[in-house]
Amino acid sequence: MAIGRRLDPALALAGLGLFLVVPPFLPQWITFLLTLAWAKALAVLGIVLLLRGGLLTFGHALYYAVGAYTAGFAVKFLGVHEGLAALGLAVVTGAAASALLGLLLARYRGVHFGLLNLAFSMVLYAILLKFYEITGGTDGLRLPTPLLAGVKPDAQHLRLTIYYVTVVLAALLLYVAYRFTTSPLGYTLRAVRDNEVRVEYMGASVRQAIYCSYIVAGVMASVGGVLAGFSVGHIVPELSFWTQSGEFVFVALLGGTGSVLAPVAGSIVFEFVRNYAFKYSPYTWQMTLGIVLLGIIFFLPGGLWSLKGIAARRWTIVTRRSQ
Amino acid sequence: MSAVLETVSLTKFFGMVRAAEDLSVQFQEGELVGIVGPNGSGKTTLLNVITGYVKPDRGRIRYQGKDITGLSPRAVADLGIARSFQMPQLYLSLTVLENLVLALAIRAGRAREFWAPLERVDRRDEAPRILEQFGLEEHASHDAGQLPEGARKLLDVALSFARRPRILLMDEPTSGVSARDKSKVMDTLVPVLKGTGVTTIFVEHDMEVVQRYAERVLAFDEGKVIAAGSPDAVLRDPTVRRALLGQP
Repeated sequence: MAIGRRLDPALALAGLGLFLVVPPFLPQWITFLLTLAWAKALAVLGIVLLLRGGLLTFGHALYYAVGAYTAGFAVKFLGVHEGLAALGLAVVTGAAASALLGLLLARYRGVHFGLLNLAFSMVLYAILLKFYEITGGTDGLRLPTPLLAGVKPDAQHLRLTIYYVTVVLAALLLYVAYRFTTSPLGYTLRAVRDNEVRVEYMGASVRQAIYCSYIVAGVMASVGGVLAGFSVGHIVPELSFWTQSGEFVFVALLGGTGSVLAPVAGSIVFEFVRNYAFKYSPYTWQMTLGIVLLGIIFFLPGGLWSLKGIAARRWTIVTRRSQ
Repeated sequence: MSAVLETVSLTKFFGMVRAAEDLSVQFQEGELVGIVGPNGSGKTTLLNVITGYVKPDRGRIRYQGKDITGLSPRAVADLGIARSFQMPQLYLSLTVLENLVLALAIRAGRAREFWAPLERVDRRDEAPRILEQFGLEEHASHDAGQLPEGARKLLDVALSFARRPRILLMDEPTSGVSARDKSKVMDTLVPVLKGTGVTTIFVEHDMEVVQRYAERVLAFDEGKVIAAGSPDAVLRDPTVRRALLGQP
């Protein structure tokens, strides 16, 4: 007997193929937006994984900033210019930070969990802001073009190279997230959302399940932070600010929690909506985003990803009628 | 014969309400014991105290001679004591099969694995066999939240049974089930439980169910055992009839 909903490999590969083939033919600003969207999608993915356990965090930007500043510090203090090494370090620091804070946070649920995360992200924001000598304060840190396996990407194709690195790494982490959701730990996390009491009576530890999942979510965001940092070339304390966390939650709701691919869809749509909203109504672009979110909540409560299910049902009806 | 599970002078008060007072009961290996009593007589409290959900004010609980008083529900479950609930406690967004395979994963200590798919936990197809034993195979792919009440009750017990417990505590396994389906639920549960030799203790309000399926009955009132013995003897006991039915 089969268990669970499977990721449609054809759909996933077709989507990945599209993102690998098309960008060389797109204007550079679109490639940049897509890079940023894929990087941020990893942080959103962390939120979506936790949401599967009924845990909503309002401070996930903390790990996004941890990743970005890990790369910044690696350059500034260790002279590490190798991008892959910076990514490896970000995995370690993201895991370490989430493992440390998770010891406390795994005890909390609901609004307490959400706001404690927010509080920690704001503590980090204040640290990044005030320790100027180390963090660069409000000026932030510059992230020079990274080496990739020892090779410096040529300037002409820099943006595209970073885009490809981001997409490939994000795709790998999406696969990791997919394996997570279909694993015993992923199911235990869903069980925690459904019925914590039962999980304990069955002999599993709710706190351990949340703790492990929290670390996975933290690492995802941390890697996203490095990739976004490489893409922009500059990191600032605002990466840890509450509005950044709010943006991730916004995108999680926009994309939906129905699939590990949903954060990518949500993140790309968000970046483009924000870009065009800013272009056509620079003083009221936040209102446009708000209206989009309201529309999603009212008409697509499962997020953009639920369109796939709706389309599949319509297709079934149409094919049945035509037979 | 030494008891597999016993309580010694167990006492539990909720404010002024006496849920258990100086309660000493013993359960033998493999027996099927029914617990009856009016509302508030301490039946569910006994299950809650044994499984670590509620800490007793005084007294001890011994399982296979070992003191397990005050252990957490998880620690008690790990020792081989499982329970089902009056209101079935299921993972409603998971399918029936997923509920069961997750129970097997937890039993195998694999709840923290995050790479191998859940279905690989059940290489020996234990979950489909349990579903068949409990008459739930037709519901395997249904979300637990969509099940009728009788099937929910069965799944609730099946989840506990999947842990291969030495002792199974069932809190009102037929409550909320239609009169016609009560026998169906018990006729499904009892042969499976007796067949595996698990010691079963069930709290029940329906006297017919108790009379028909229990091998031994304990009658509770105000946190004390007021009668114990065979179903016929206990249910005919005037003290029990007075407590349960208000009959003089």
